[in-house]
Amino acid sequence: MSFVPGQPLTAVVQRIQIQKLRQGENLILGFSIGGGIDQDPGQNPFSDDKTDKGIYVTRITPGGPANAAGLRMGDKLMQVNGWDMTMVTHDQARKRLTKKNEDVVRLLVTRKSLEEAVKQSMGCFPRQ
Amino acid sequence: MVKGCWESECVHSFHREGVPFGEGEKGGRKGTSIWIVLAPGRGQWGLGVSHCPVLYYNTLLFLFGGRTTLFLFALNAPGSSQSGPLSCPLLSKVDLLKLPLALTTKSISERKSQLGGVGEQRRPGGGGGGPRKACSPPSRDMDNESQYSGYSYKSSHSRSSRKHRDRRDRHRSKSRDGSRGDKSVTIQTPGEPLLDAESTRGDDRDDNWGETTTVVTGTSEHSISNEDLTRVTKELEESTPLECKRFIGPALGGCLSFFALVTPLAFLILPQVLWRDALEPCGTPCEGLYVSLAFKLLVLLISSWALFLRPPRATLPRFFVFRCLLMVLVFLFVASYWLFYGVRVLEPRERDYRGIVEYAASLVDALLFIQYLALVLLEVRHLQPAFCLKVVRSTDGASKFYNVGHLSIQRAAVWVLDRYYSDFSVYNPALLNLPKSILSKKMTGFKVYSLDESTTNNSSGQSRAMIAAAARRRDNSHNEFYYEEAEMDRRVRKRKARLVVAVEEAFTHIKRLHEDEVASSPKHPREVMDPREAAQAIFAPMARAMQKYLRTTRQQAFHSMESILTHLQFCITHNMTPRAFLERYLSPGPTMQYQQQNGRGRQWTLVSEEPVTSALRQGLVFSLRRLDFSLVVTVTPLPFLRLGEEFIDPKSHKFVMRLQSETSV
Repeated sequence: MSFVPGQPLTAVVQRIQIQKLRQGENLILGFSIGGGIDQDPGQNPFSDDKTDKGIYVTRITPGGPANAAGLRMGDKLMQVNGWDMTMVTHDQARKRLTKKNEDVVRLLVTRKSLEEAVKQSMGCFPRQ
Repeated sequence: MVKGCWESECVHSFHREGVPFGEGEKGGRKGTSIWIVLAPGRGQWGLGVSHCPVLYYNTLLFLFGGRTTLFLFALNAPGSSQSGPLSCPLLSKVDLLKLPLALTTKSISERKSQLGGVGEQRRPGGGGGGPRKACSPPSRDMDNESQYSGYSYKSSHSRSSRKHRDRRDRHRSKSRDGSRGDKSVTIQTPGEPLLDAESTRGDDRDDNWGETTTVVTGTSEHSISNEDLTRVTKELEESTPLECKRFIGPALGGCLSFFALVTPLAFLILPQVLWRDALEPCGTPCEGLYVSLAFKLLVLLISSWALFLRPPRATLPRFFVFRCLLMVLVFLFVASYWLFYGVRVLEPRERDYRGIVEYAASLVDALLFIQYLALVLLEVRHLQPAFCLKVVRSTDGASKFYNVGHLSIQRAAVWVLDRYYSDFSVYNPALLNLPKSILSKKMTGFKVYSLDESTTNNSSGQSRAMIAAAARRRDNSHNEFYYEEAEMDRRVRKRKARLVVAVEEAFTHIKRLHEDEVASSPKHPREVMDPREAAQAIFAPMARAMQKYLRTTRQQAFHSMESILTHLQFCITHNMTPRAFLERYLSPGPTMQYQQQNGRGRQWTLVSEEPVTSALRQGLVFSLRRLDFSLVVTVTPLPFLRLGEEFIDPKSHKFVMRLQSETSV
């Protein structure tokens, strides 16, 4: 997931759709995020490249809608409902996820295991 | 009917009460009385009509007051048969007449010629000795009289009477500020009118002036107001200063200090001279005392010279309190020492010489302490800043802020004036007013919209209605001002560019001749010039550009050709560049730059509501006035500063990256 600044980023992503759960007044998704372009990337335990300032999932509440939808800890969010998440501040990311008028969020997430899985499958079928 | 007040206004108002013809009861004109008002002291006569049958004919009424006496004759109308117009010619014609009292000594015939509509009543029927009628100015307007007899300057009146009239009438017109403000832009300072009375007046002055003064009021012709008196005396003072007055204070102080210095020596010498034989011999201790006495006297002498023997820089209007205090103190000290000496030493012929020497030494010690006191009071106390003075020049608003210590008002005034001469740019009266083109445009605008077609004269009075209408009318003079200002800037910059180029070129024509340069060959002889000639040689090409530039910036009064040449010579001598030569002309320098050194000094007046020896305090305002401008000084105390402390350990400067934040969604 390392990227070269200025070059387009290629990643293998998984689509996850989470239905927000209503708890009292709030709509919650059931996970926590960390990271952002205004944060310190060196403290991110989930990223390979310690200069990666993307948004990562740091915690998943067990039994929450995110867990049920397939989100795992350490996932990097690439898109939320079509909005890019690779170059946003922490607060912008939070806002995109917690819009009150949206019931469902469609995420594009990526993780290392996905890439490896794809590599493996590609490796089985080398290109001709 | 006749009021108790005794100005000519009173007469005027009483006169108004004379019900004008046409008002009041039409029928029954019985008991109509004609009032003939004579003011013999002023040579004016007036005539009026009233329906009030209070006084019957041939009643003579004396009214005394002020300087004049008015005689009022009351006549009955001739007969009650008022049918025909001829039976009472007066009644049919006389309307409200005004009494232009106390104006001129114009002849009656001239006045008569000015009488418009009252032509017929030259001879009232059987009146009291043929009273002469007052002239009424043609316009019947009661409010502003702009042309009435006294005011044509060009008429053949003597200059002194004109001067008197000017002063008085200006005083009068100043006292009624009513409609003056909305016409004129220039602010008349009190000091101004004296100069104006001497100089010829410009047209704009005439205009403003004629429009706003009214006829009937004022002091008598021969009075001169207080202000004029003080101005006249001030003028006299300016021209003949009393030089000796400057030196009285220092001379007194000098005498006193000399006396004080000589006293210890006298104390020592007198016993030796008078009763030498009877004195006890005094060996080493006395000699030690002699040495200490000598050195202390020397120190006293040197410090007196350093501190006090300086030429005074200013004469203050009141006593300088501290200095007086110190002189009194010194005098008391020395006097009491002498008293003691005279009573206890001289009389009984004291024999203990050592005691006398010690006594003299103690006097010198006391003098040293007094000098210390003088140092503190006069020199040191006012060094610590305590007040902030804001000094504003009244004519163009140039202002500065100064910090001073605890001073009295007069000392603060001297302090401010010291700074004024080197900080404030020179006062240029030519730069004051808005250009006439802008103001006069406003005036011409009036004429375009004038409602009264019969006004033919430029300076004729405009009625109140018109003034109000014009004030409401939207005026674009600010627009013109803006463009005029931009135009002026452009012009100045253009001239400046030309000047700079001309000067630079001119400076390339000469160069300095060094001593070690080889003497020029006889084939090309060079003329060797001294600085003055060199300056004259290169002045010619730049003279025109310089003159034009000075004219545009209105500085031509400050720089004569001679002064420019001198400055050029100075710059050449000191190897200055053209820019250095020009700095004197490109920006108006401080007033000191333009001072001519004469021993007279400058006369300033300190105007203050508080006594001038009182100390400065918050909210005090005083002003320093010269003839044509003044400096207004406002005092505010400096704020009290509360300084706190915070200690930072140098090892505590540590930095970390910003923390990761985690938000749950």
